[in-house]
Amino acid sequence: MNRWLLWVPLVLFGIFFAVVAAGLIRPKDNIIESKMVGKPIPEFSLPAAIEQRPALATTDLATGKPQLLNIFASWCVPCIAEAPQLLELERAGVQINGIASRDTPADIANFLNRWGNPYVRIGTDVRSIVQLELGSSGVPETFVIDGKGVIVHQHIGDIRKEDVPELLEILEKAG
Amino acid sequence: MIAETGLIALWLAASMALLQFALCAIGLAKGQDELFKAIRPVAIAQGVLVAISFLVLVWLFVRSDMSVKLVVANSVAIKPMLYKISGAWGNHEGSMLLWIAIMGVAGACIGIFERNLKAKTLVATLGAQAFISIGFYAYLLIASNPFERIFPVPADGQGLNPLLQDVGLALHPPTLYIGYVGLSIAFSFAVGAMITRDVGPEFAKAMRPWVLGAWVFLTLGITAGSYWAYYELGWGGWWFWDPVENASLMPWLAATALLHSVTVLATRDGLRAWTLMLAVVAFSMSMIGTFLVRSGVLTSVHAFAVDPERGSFILALLAIYIGGAMALFALRVGSVKEGSQFEPISREGALVANNLLLSAILGIVFIGTLYPLFVEGMSDEMISVGAPYFNLATGPIALILVAIMAAGPLLRWRRDSAKALLNRISIPVFLTAAALFALVLFTTSMSVLPLIGMALAAGIAVASFAPLWKRNLRRTPMHTYGMIIAHFGIAVALVGMASETSFTEEKLVAAKPGDEIMVNDWKIKFHAIEPVAGPNWTALEARVTAQYGDEAIHEIAPQNRMFASAQMQTSEAALLTRWNGQLYVVLGDSDEQGRWQLRIWWKPFVTLIWYGGVLIALGGLLAMIGRLRRAGRQKKQRAYAEAMI
Amino acid sequence: MKAKHQRLTLAVLALVALVGAGLLATFALRDQANYFYTPSDIVEKKPVAGKAIRLGGMVEEGSIRHEEDGVTVNFIVHDGTAKQAVMYTGITPDLFVEGSGVVADGKLTSDGMFVADNLLAKHDENYIPRELEGIDMTGNMTKTDTLVE
Repeated sequence: MNRWLLWVPLVLFGIFFAVVAAGLIRPKDNIIESKMVGKPIPEFSLPAAIEQRPALATTDLATGKPQLLNIFASWCVPCIAEAPQLLELERAGVQINGIASRDTPADIANFLNRWGNPYVRIGTDVRSIVQLELGSSGVPETFVIDGKGVIVHQHIGDIRKEDVPELLEILEKAG
Repeated sequence: MIAETGLIALWLAASMALLQFALCAIGLAKGQDELFKAIRPVAIAQGVLVAISFLVLVWLFVRSDMSVKLVVANSVAIKPMLYKISGAWGNHEGSMLLWIAIMGVAGACIGIFERNLKAKTLVATLGAQAFISIGFYAYLLIASNPFERIFPVPADGQGLNPLLQDVGLALHPPTLYIGYVGLSIAFSFAVGAMITRDVGPEFAKAMRPWVLGAWVFLTLGITAGSYWAYYELGWGGWWFWDPVENASLMPWLAATALLHSVTVLATRDGLRAWTLMLAVVAFSMSMIGTFLVRSGVLTSVHAFAVDPERGSFILALLAIYIGGAMALFALRVGSVKEGSQFEPISREGALVANNLLLSAILGIVFIGTLYPLFVEGMSDEMISVGAPYFNLATGPIALILVAIMAAGPLLRWRRDSAKALLNRISIPVFLTAAALFALVLFTTSMSVLPLIGMALAAGIAVASFAPLWKRNLRRTPMHTYGMIIAHFGIAVALVGMASETSFTEEKLVAAKPGDEIMVNDWKIKFHAIEPVAGPNWTALEARVTAQYGDEAIHEIAPQNRMFASAQMQTSEAALLTRWNGQLYVVLGDSDEQGRWQLRIWWKPFVTLIWYGGVLIALGGLLAMIGRLRRAGRQKKQRAYAEAMI
Repeated sequence: MKAKHQRLTLAVLALVALVGAGLLATFALRDQANYFYTPSDIVEKKPVAGKAIRLGGMVEEGSIRHEEDGVTVNFIVHDGTAKQAVMYTGITPDLFVEGSGVVADGKLTSDGMFVADNLLAKHDENYIPRELEGIDMTGNMTKTDTLVE
């Protein structure tokens, strides 16, 4: 008569499982999309991060040609993971601008020497003020910007191999 | 080549686990006893191989082998040696390898030492242990290989979280992991016993030392973790009800309940089904806790690549193991006969109450920890559940629990009378009442829970020694001493908690060099700020002297540390310990006028919290040794008696 | 018969304890769970003064003002649309600078000031609540993927 009681633990575990499984599927929703998508890049002007590349300002991003804006840091491991993909994009003829977040020139130079430098311009954002204005919430993140300087797409997290064609497609559409 | 050796050892260990499981499955299905004999050596081989694999990983970290991806991500060449070693498990892959290594070694230990279990149950137990291991091996080898190489080889690594560069924290995870994984043995025992339907005192006696051992490590791990958070975070608190902490508390609560119910099963052959359930729940809590923390379901995971694969993989493992064990429970336990009877007022009755209250606390902590996830799933609201909830919901139950703890050991098995109990416990009750009266009269700032806690602690401290009353102290068994010390430890910790909560004095000042600050009886003088440097950090250090009353002047030096490799700061609190408490000083920022923020706490008797924790663990250790020795003696006697016949 | 009886009693007791714990938990949760508010949420939902809540947003540029006592700080938290004045007495976390993200535990006073008991902007991911995920940008793999359990 109390047989059914024996199933209670399993049922409780089932509920737990459902909640957690839902939570595991959901994290994507918790990544905060920038409210800036669809809006023009905010006004900023960042000093050059390293000597070999020029500084970066809003005006450099509205040149009539779609570009990428990649936020990275030398202390960030996923940034290493995405370095080959950025180089691949560079080889595909994409203009990539970098913003180094909370970093020092020496570390940035070191990082780029080691993992490759796909950037045409790199601004240094020591207190990640510009990053916040862009509505970026972490490192690495990549924005696709159209010829008029409007953000058309935000990629959160490192760029994986499978993301490259998607980004190229978005760049093409933006052009 | 070294990294490859580790990987090969890991593959071999995994195949041993497969073999171990196959031997069990075929052996049980066909009832072939000769297969049973092979299972012990296989379990031992698995343990040795996985231990080798883990040692190889440690060796790679010691040598700072920058061709291994994991080392690059979690180590730098200039790090002190201890942190190089601890770097091996201060990351996801390494900690999973540590987990499986402990599990393998535990299986090997069963193979070597376990002589009390029936052959069939032993085989089923080792089979279950292998079955759990297989999942984790698959997880490591498929989803997170710790020995992965990186190319091109970088010049130096990325460093280890500076907060982790701490002696306590270097040793903390392994201690907890031994506790977590030790509970896997209880889990396997329960699964084995459910398969063979062999549940009884013999089974409980065989399981008990393992449970005690795991519980001792868990207790030590939680105590150390609490002390670490206390001095390293610089917030002056000793328990934050953070998901990470709850993840370690939940298995402990379940294990504590198990520890007591297994005694009922061993002594009186009662609570069979319940004990099996607890053994399943205890290890389930270990896995769930680890999963919640590691998968990122409960903590922030934005900046590093979230790998849903990993989370799903562990969740799938959880579903198989926990769901499987619980289904087995529902199917099999109906046919496990229940043991002997008892009256409500009896030792068993008290232990049942202990179990129910511990389970209730466990439930509350579990709900509180998962509730944010639940709410976010149901709506768009974000919430956090913090200390106020946990204190309010668990505090009263915990106090009832410790009150029963004082009475329990004074009750007889099977049947006792309330009157006799009251007689035996009159002195502690009187002490509690007196303490309550005195505290209400002489203190002003105590709130209800700490007040009752402190008063109860006085009674419990005495009551815990009551089992020795009128007994021959030399002939009292060691495990009784263990229980006494552990219960006394609870009283000690309780005093510490109540005192810290009620009597802490805090001062926050902006001080110029030369300023003097009074906190309680302490005269604290701020002299200067000086830069100092360590092996991989630089810091601003405050020169502070502190004097308690007219006693000797002590120098202390709270720091603000800046780590070279990870660009982050930590506050290093300065602590000054006296017998009656701790002075706790944190250095903050400076302002334009050259003043420095100092936050100073005087925490009377705060150290008792951790002394209590150590006493509890020591009690568990004594009980374990006592039980093992007694089992050994009884076996010898039996052998002797048989030889005589 | 007695064995069955006792077994049922135990099972029912266990269930009662479980349900009791659940009820106690729900009751306490309703009272004690901290809801997370952004400044615009505060404008919209107007939480009761004195109830413990959690406020999250950005520290407005140029808004940090230190009081004469050297330990109290006033600043404004915004989320792009609304603003909320905050007062905090204590040592501010290392990451606490203008333009940075912050999560504050505390209460609203009747005159609309948010008095914080605790500021969370510490670098350690284990003590950064999930809400800050979108605001904090200091995590990296070595920090995030650590073992502190």
